[in-house]
Amino acid sequence: MTAGRLSLRVVALGYLGLLLLVPIGMVFYRALENGIGPAWDAVTTPPAQHAFYLTCMIALIAVPLNAIFGIACAWLLARYEFRGKRLLDTIIDLPFAISPVVVGLALILVWGREGWFASTSVIFSVPGMILATIFVSLPFVVREVEPVLREEGIDQEQAAATLGANTFQILRRITLPTIRWGLTYGIILSTARALGEFGAVAIVSGKISGRTETLTLFVEDRFQSLDLAGAYAAALVLALIAVAVLALMTILQRKYKDH
Amino acid sequence: MSPPPSDVSVIEAPVSTDSSARPAKPAGARRIRSGPLIVGGFSVAWLTLIVLIPLAAVVVRSFEGGVDEFWNAVTNPQAVAAMRFTLIVSIVVAAIDAVMGVLIAWVLVRDEFHGKSLVNGLIDLPFALPTIVAGLTLLALYGNKSPVGINVAYTQAGVALALLFVTLPFVVRAVQPVLMSLDREAEQAAASLGAGPIYAFRRIVLPALRPAILAGVALAFGRAVGEFGAIVLISGNLPFKTEVASVFVFSRIESDATTSAAAVSVVLMAISFVMLFGISYWARRAEKA
Amino acid sequence: MGIEARNVTKRYGEFLALDDVSVAVRDGSLTALLGPSGGGKSTLLRVIAGLEEPDDGTVIIGDEEVTNHPPQRREVGFVFQHYAAFKHMSVADNVGFGLAVKKRPKSEITKKVQELLDLVGLSHLGKRYPNQLSGGQRQRMALARALAVEPQVLLLDEPFGALDARVREELRAWLRRLHDEVHVTTIFVTHDQEEALEISEQVVVINEGRVEQSAAPQEVYDNPANEFVMGFVGPVTKVGDRLVRPHDVQVFEHPGEGTQPAEVIRLARLGFEVRAELQLGEGDALSAQLSRAEADLLELAEGQIVHVRIEPVVSPSA
Repeated sequence: MTAGRLSLRVVALGYLGLLLLVPIGMVFYRALENGIGPAWDAVTTPPAQHAFYLTCMIALIAVPLNAIFGIACAWLLARYEFRGKRLLDTIIDLPFAISPVVVGLALILVWGREGWFASTSVIFSVPGMILATIFVSLPFVVREVEPVLREEGIDQEQAAATLGANTFQILRRITLPTIRWGLTYGIILSTARALGEFGAVAIVSGKISGRTETLTLFVEDRFQSLDLAGAYAAALVLALIAVAVLALMTILQRKYKDH
Repeated sequence: MSPPPSDVSVIEAPVSTDSSARPAKPAGARRIRSGPLIVGGFSVAWLTLIVLIPLAAVVVRSFEGGVDEFWNAVTNPQAVAAMRFTLIVSIVVAAIDAVMGVLIAWVLVRDEFHGKSLVNGLIDLPFALPTIVAGLTLLALYGNKSPVGINVAYTQAGVALALLFVTLPFVVRAVQPVLMSLDREAEQAAASLGAGPIYAFRRIVLPALRPAILAGVALAFGRAVGEFGAIVLISGNLPFKTEVASVFVFSRIESDATTSAAAVSVVLMAISFVMLFGISYWARRAEKA
Repeated sequence: MGIEARNVTKRYGEFLALDDVSVAVRDGSLTALLGPSGGGKSTLLRVIAGLEEPDDGTVIIGDEEVTNHPPQRREVGFVFQHYAAFKHMSVADNVGFGLAVKKRPKSEITKKVQELLDLVGLSHLGKRYPNQLSGGQRQRMALARALAVEPQVLLLDEPFGALDARVREELRAWLRRLHDEVHVTTIFVTHDQEEALEISEQVVVINEGRVEQSAAPQEVYDNPANEFVMGFVGPVTKVGDRLVRPHDVQVFEHPGEGTQPAEVIRLARLGFEVRAELQLGEGDALSAQLSRAEADLLELAEGQIVHVRIEPVVSPSA
């Protein structure tokens, strides 16, 4: 064990500890400082419960939609050559490059009062938040499924075709089973992103407590209202979800390599 | 010119099983591939509605008052201050990410210790944790009520800290696989020729990692420039001091100054696009080499 | 079912993969499409299968024109070079796939699958997964899978290309025996001329998108249509501007009728064969192939002067 190696390890672990671990530990501490009781009360108030349900509902709509179109786009990109393919590739990556605030602005400009498709039921209400969430979580499924489809190649699908399977049967019996790990991983990443979205939904929702607040908006709202207990308690819930997501991601990554 | 690989050939869409239902086609006529067309059409429509139209609206709105108003909006002193601060802090953060990212990746790949796989999993935490929670966690430890007496709330350092958190994984994850697949023999050969470990690292390992580091840095920079949720609590959003471009845009939206917001947004988007195109163009060049 | 490809042309962009190719395959025969890589033989096979669409030409299977039919409707069994095993299914489910797609009753499928597994020698491996099988076993599974739906035609695309030399030889002979038992019209693609000559009844030599020759194996070897076929199908050595088979170079100790003097430049002893590189008086170098016995009789040694007569048993017609 050389001094060099040890010092590298210390620096790396120290950096990670101070940047990631200890702060997260503080959240756990602060949230549960006065015991589980008060923390539980803070996250079971009606606005908190509503925020939780709203967050889940938005994710339950946005993620499956992105999954379906993610598979479709991945299939197109992995199997075909066509003009504008690179453009399609770039557009799919755009949500990674746009600030959430710009996303919110964009949606207001399209669906707001003076927008291109002016509508009163999009901005300041749930459909707008769904659109924002779809935007920011769009690329994950495509990006995880596409390499799997590309790598597995077309042979299995062609073999199935020669054995008499039509396109739907090929999709159901061959393509989907082949991509299932990539798809699952992509859905998990997409869900984590959807649950964690803040900036875009902050703008689009109007942050109306009890009506258009997601859990992330609720955290900010409690903080700005100086209800630190409420803020930390809600943050704890989100942090626990994040840890669960991390665990799932790690397990799946190991599964990936088995195949 | 060589023939394309076989995985380009097309899967046929389901065709009616009764051949008499379709008129016989002359030899050489192509079957119409309906499957891919439909899927392609839906995908394009989806992307257009969800991504392209909204972004187009921003660009259009930014020029609503003509080039003059666009220019005024982006040269507004507060806007300029916000953008300058954003760029500088993002560059600084990206540079720190580059160094620490390589270091952490090195330790994760070359070192062995108990709990290493846990640490490896931890790296993805910034991807899994909502940004607002990230900001709050940093505030808990390094803010007003800091148990260790470090208070970076309302400071530029606080903004940098939040950005370091959210951009941590990019360089690490970009470098790790390259480091893992590196041929150790080159380093061993260098050692046998008398090179010390630092020299060998600088001359042999680092050049091999360079593309990955740059790709990770570009992603980190792009993310930092647009970050909102992690910063909004810790920075205090003091104009001309700790206000970043995204918060500035947010405040413009709240004041209903959407044109001005759109103009600055366009600048932000332009920076991001340059980053995106830069990486992919350059990754393609590196691949051909 | 006989198979016919008529005037098939296929382009990939600027590249002409198949140039007005016509091939006829007899019902029940085992035919080899032989040629160098990139020459178009796999493309032709895939056109016949319906996995590629020709730009021009027709494909006829039996008495039905299938040019516009998708692969699902052509009743062709196809075996891929890299097996195309359904990795997420067991061996039994792989083999039974075509029957499951046709919604056959489960008992029928189970019975048929076991029959086929027995036929290809994988009787007890039904519950395994493809990644637990060796390459040779996977290919036999692929064959069983293709045969399960009782295709009219069996197409194999370099079926043994991904396997070791020894396994290749075994499976080659096994394929021949299988064909004798099952009698399905079979076409296989290979770049290995030994493989083609050993087991097929008809060899179609394809190069640069064109058919060079289509005939029985012996015919292709003894009466090659042109220099390319001659060189591809067996060893050749160039004498002046003629192509000659090395074993047609007769070597003698003493001069005789029609012989020329030559110096032995190099000798290579390869087990049973001896390959001698000779130099004729005028400076032409050529290769002669002798058995060990012949070489010993002549007491061949490097530097020795011998007398050669070239009497080609084989020569190109063109």
